[in-house]
Amino acid sequence: MRLTIERRLEQPRWRVVVVPVGSVLFALLVAGVVLVVTGHDPISTYHKLFEAAFVQTGALNQTLIAATPLAFTGLAAAAAFRMRLYNIGGEGQLYLGAIFGAGIGLLVGGNGSASPGVIAAMVAAGCLGGALWAAIPGVLRAFLGTSEILTSLMLNYVAAYLLTYLIFQSQSYWRETKGFNATVFPTGKPLPPNAVWPTWNLSAQGGIAVPLGAFFAIGAAVVLWVLYKRTRFGFEVQVLGDSEGAARYAGVRVRRKILAVMAISGAIAGLGGASQVGDFSHALDGDPNGLQKQGYGYSGIVVAALGRYNPLAVLIVALLIGGLDNAGNTLQGADFPSGLVGVIQGIILFSALGGELLVRHRVRITRRAPAVEAAA
Amino acid sequence: MNNSLLVALLASGVAYGTPLLFGSLGELLAERSGVLNLGVEGMMLVGAVMGFWTVQRVHAGAAVTLTLAVVVAAFSGAAMALIHAFLVITLRANQIVSGLALTIFAGAMGLSSYLGSTLNLSGAPAAQTFHAFFPQSMQNWPIVGPIVFGQNALVYLSWVCVVAVGYYLARTRPGLNVRAVGEAPGAADAMGISVVKYRYIHTLVGGAFAGVAGSTFTLALTPQWVNGITGGAGWIAIALVIFAFWRPELCLVGAYFFGALQALAPELQARSISLGPTELWTNAVPYVATIVVLVVVSWRGAARRLGAPAALGVSYVREEA
Repeated sequence: MRLTIERRLEQPRWRVVVVPVGSVLFALLVAGVVLVVTGHDPISTYHKLFEAAFVQTGALNQTLIAATPLAFTGLAAAAAFRMRLYNIGGEGQLYLGAIFGAGIGLLVGGNGSASPGVIAAMVAAGCLGGALWAAIPGVLRAFLGTSEILTSLMLNYVAAYLLTYLIFQSQSYWRETKGFNATVFPTGKPLPPNAVWPTWNLSAQGGIAVPLGAFFAIGAAVVLWVLYKRTRFGFEVQVLGDSEGAARYAGVRVRRKILAVMAISGAIAGLGGASQVGDFSHALDGDPNGLQKQGYGYSGIVVAALGRYNPLAVLIVALLIGGLDNAGNTLQGADFPSGLVGVIQGIILFSALGGELLVRHRVRITRRAPAVEAAA
Repeated sequence: MNNSLLVALLASGVAYGTPLLFGSLGELLAERSGVLNLGVEGMMLVGAVMGFWTVQRVHAGAAVTLTLAVVVAAFSGAAMALIHAFLVITLRANQIVSGLALTIFAGAMGLSSYLGSTLNLSGAPAAQTFHAFFPQSMQNWPIVGPIVFGQNALVYLSWVCVVAVGYYLARTRPGLNVRAVGEAPGAADAMGISVVKYRYIHTLVGGAFAGVAGSTFTLALTPQWVNGITGGAGWIAIALVIFAFWRPELCLVGAYFFGALQALAPELQARSISLGPTELWTNAVPYVATIVVLVVVSWRGAARRLGAPAALGVSYVREEA
């Protein structure tokens, strides 16, 4: 008996839905076994998880807050991974977007209600910060052939130390230096009132406040979808991802594409950073246990992979994973095992990766070939 | 003399560098066979928590308990690596995504944290820890005392591992076969070397090394269990493999260099010396240095001369080779 794996010539259409859904179910099953083995009741744990993510009052609000940054980092990863450009620097690009966005907000903001001009400036600055940070691995890859995987990863740490430095280890422009609290614990300088991004209330009673950033994420997803599905640029990126040789023969300018895709990817992550500041923290968060603990950039890769790098699917997955994250945070302590959310996310991703193979290949169990062939 | 800045730095460099050295030796073995495993941080954390669990639960002599703890840590790391190996070698999944998934699964917000809370490990100091191996009189010798003789058994074990890995890769038949598998899996396969078997074994051994690296934290450096205790050491270990041009002896040099950098900020602070934003640059230098090395390595295909395995990160499918 042996197991053979052969490539399918045509990929079935149903895989698009079956793989992600099957992965989530499989992950819940495996994590359920882990729960039972370690003496927890899986049904009640999952029930609590679901309640805390989507049902309780205010749960959807918190889920949106957790999902918005994931949508940005997920889109950023999807934009690059489509071309097999492995930008895993979304984390650092998000920090740089936050630094740039907060800087501009502090600089041009003033009193009064939310100003479109100030917000536009913050968005532009966030995109710029992320794009510039992503351009470092982009340029190295395009001109020197340095693998972008590890350079973009290393820059995440540099960006994290920079972020902490700006708030904790220096008297920078971003740090609050006045007032009693500032002498006790270092914090970022709060944004002026008109640089705080507004929310849109979905219903008066339910109190679901949709952050402005969520709309930007939807907008970014639509733009990305059109760019990749409906333009020449997107087509060339697709060809480049499938075969660099073929793309070169067809006259695609490879260097430009690498730079452009890295910049787009970084800009989306950077926009996520600006949204963190404008929508949620309203100051630059340099605490190593704050923004940096969330690991939005890394989770974004999970989101992108689960959404199979399709921008619109990424939005849905971000909401799901955001709900899971939110529930994990809400339920922390008490009798809820910490780390369960990461375990579930990891298994979801493992099964999505494995499932990809099963739809692309046909697995057959065959008898060991008889010795006749050798004789012939 | 033993209190001078340089001696203090080198002594702490060796101590802090040891988990980096174990982690990078393991990653080096996996990468030499052609498997890139970005899950080192996660494997380290699971090794750290399981090693710690062992010393808290096993009540035997110090030597037996600690040896057992290191063995348990190694097996836990290898078990984590098995997931990655199955996905990327058998199922041919993307190595980058799979490695990241392993870190998310096992890391500070995943399995290691789950085990830490379910097994009730936080809050208590380790019941057994690794102490300096040699008597105090030898540790007082000038210069070499603190640096060479002031270390614990894990440090000396790591030296043995450096020699063993170096000898294995350069002088033994299986070691040469691994390099063949990492450089040209098609050719290795044609020679009758099982690519799948070699890649599995070296990915698992790599995971075992990462597990031991993690236990270095909970059994020696900071003997307690805290979520995310490795603090990014796994990523530095991955960087170190490149920094060391995929050579075990250079891993040792690099690990102690990065270890000494980690010790620099507190040592300078203790001596009230200011060198600009010390924390920022001492923390960032390992990463920036690795980027510089990556650039140099990729310059006009220099990577091939300097030791990067040609088939690193590429799945091997016999029918498509």
